[in-house]
Amino acid sequence: MEARATDDSSIFERPASQASSVTRSIIAFAGSDRRGMVGGILLVLYILVALVGPAISLYDLNAPDLGVRMQAPSWAHWLGTDRIGRDVLTRIIAGSQVSLQVAVGAVVMALILGAPLGALGSYVGGAIDALVQRVMEGIMAFPSLVLALALVALAGPSVTMLWFAIAFSSIPRYARLVRSGVLTQKEREYVDAARAMGQSPMRILLKQILPNIMAPIAVQLTLDFARAISVEASLSYLGLGLSMPYISWGTMIRDAQDFLEVAPWLAIFPGLALAGVILAFTLVGDALRDRMDPRMRRSLSRRLA
Amino acid sequence: MLMRYAAMRLVQLIPMALVVTLVVFFVMMIVPGDPVMVMLGAVDGAQVSREVYDAMRLRLGLDQPLIIQYLNWLSNLLQGDLGTSITHRTSVLEVILLRLVPTMYLMVGGLIVAVIIAVPAGVLAAIHNNTKWDHLATAFVVAGISVPTFWLALVVILIFAVYLGWLPSIGYTRPQEDFVDFLKHIALPMSVVALNIAATVLRFQRQDFLEQMQQDYVRTARAKGLSERLVLWKHVLRNSLMTTFTVVGLQMAYLSGLITIVESVFNYPGIGYLLLNSIRTRDFVVVQGVVLFMVFLVIVVNLMVDMLYTVLDPRIRYR
Repeated sequence: MEARATDDSSIFERPASQASSVTRSIIAFAGSDRRGMVGGILLVLYILVALVGPAISLYDLNAPDLGVRMQAPSWAHWLGTDRIGRDVLTRIIAGSQVSLQVAVGAVVMALILGAPLGALGSYVGGAIDALVQRVMEGIMAFPSLVLALALVALAGPSVTMLWFAIAFSSIPRYARLVRSGVLTQKEREYVDAARAMGQSPMRILLKQILPNIMAPIAVQLTLDFARAISVEASLSYLGLGLSMPYISWGTMIRDAQDFLEVAPWLAIFPGLALAGVILAFTLVGDALRDRMDPRMRRSLSRRLA
Repeated sequence: MLMRYAAMRLVQLIPMALVVTLVVFFVMMIVPGDPVMVMLGAVDGAQVSREVYDAMRLRLGLDQPLIIQYLNWLSNLLQGDLGTSITHRTSVLEVILLRLVPTMYLMVGGLIVAVIIAVPAGVLAAIHNNTKWDHLATAFVVAGISVPTFWLALVVILIFAVYLGWLPSIGYTRPQEDFVDFLKHIALPMSVVALNIAATVLRFQRQDFLEQMQQDYVRTARAKGLSERLVLWKHVLRNSLMTTFTVVGLQMAYLSGLITIVESVFNYPGIGYLLLNSIRTRDFVVVQGVVLFMVFLVIVVNLMVDMLYTVLDPRIRYR
């Protein structure tokens, strides 16, 4: 238990230059946390499928094959076929690509929009800080799914709009994380030292402070990934997601609900894929957070003792 | 004292309300095309008579600067005027209030069921920490977070409506008309809402109970010779219920999204269904109104939770 505790603090406090030992502690972490490991394996699997899956799929994604309409899972079609004879597995694999693409974009966009706002507020302080905080509070009052829905409905779905619609309500989370992180790190000696060496505020922020607040941001990114994938699927299910040629798991389930009685597999398998991916990100995010929150760590060690 | 605190909290809400209205106002600007045609719901090349067009243009005050337009819109809003629906031909507020009752049944019913399931389950999981009961509870929490709501709803329909045939899969009956039928129709959507919220409540209840059990007052109570049952179920539970209460209150924003999806799957005629239907018919005044109304609900509930919190916990001083 003692050795573990030191590993933790090393993730949190380590200067950015020693990246290789961070990798090592991530591996050690995965080995020591069963949830994290299960989540990690699922996650790697998902990314692999999204990246190389479409290239090795056996069937054509869109070409109808009317001879094999609505077939239950079989050796030829592992997860069955849909109402015009397209292979469900092939389409699920293609869907993984869309969900990954939308989620990466949305999460990155939230970080890019939120982090500078938080840094600005905490660095400048005063009226600007207060203004940024009030705006963030206003955004947080919106139900995220409803806002995303309205944005996409009004502007029409496109990949960029989807990114923005999903990212929008996450912006305050990053602004707040970065703000509180900068506020605590600003008082540290290493920042004083960097300032004494004549480094510019921008450089101090990016080169000194940012690496030290990366850990909680990484946790938030992981959990937001799960949220983004879920929101994308929900929007698609409601008929507000990307249309052809994009294939979304949400759209697949939407199309399947008319055939629930005769072909339940059409709805079940895309849903399982979706749940599996959300599960993966949630497990990894939770495990990371538990490792980095000292309070949680204490209760964990007590439980194991 | 409480009144002063309430007044202060209300004043603090003003900047937030400004941001919210600004966001909603400008979101309406992103709709591609002529705003007059958009507000008339005639986006896809429909024909609109000159008089109607000019009336709407005047109503929107589109000849005036943006800031004046916003202020006009805001002052209407403050008087409860959310505009007039094109498809329903009545005021948006009226349309919303008409759908609010079914939604409230679903929300409140779902919350109550969730708390009834999750609080005892969370306490048991905490007391029997790291046993198979605890693992079962954790598995439920993880599943509740990972399984997408709309899919859970479809699976529930598949099992209880399609295969077992116990309950109707869609629709709604008013309780005044036929109470049993009302219960039959609301059972499935309410279960989906309840399961979803229960996962979150259980998670926090368990966590907080674990933390409370390590507090000094628990040691004191035990040292006094109180029975373990009394210590846990009276002292600890009472304290950790405060957390549960806050968590439930803060679910309001999430709940609005949840309701929208659940109502859509079950064709349940509440405000979430209204929102989606209005998007489909491109009745954007209603879309705007529903979004504003939901945010309003979130803010009011959060405020109420805040106020009740100070009443329930005397240690919190009004600053």
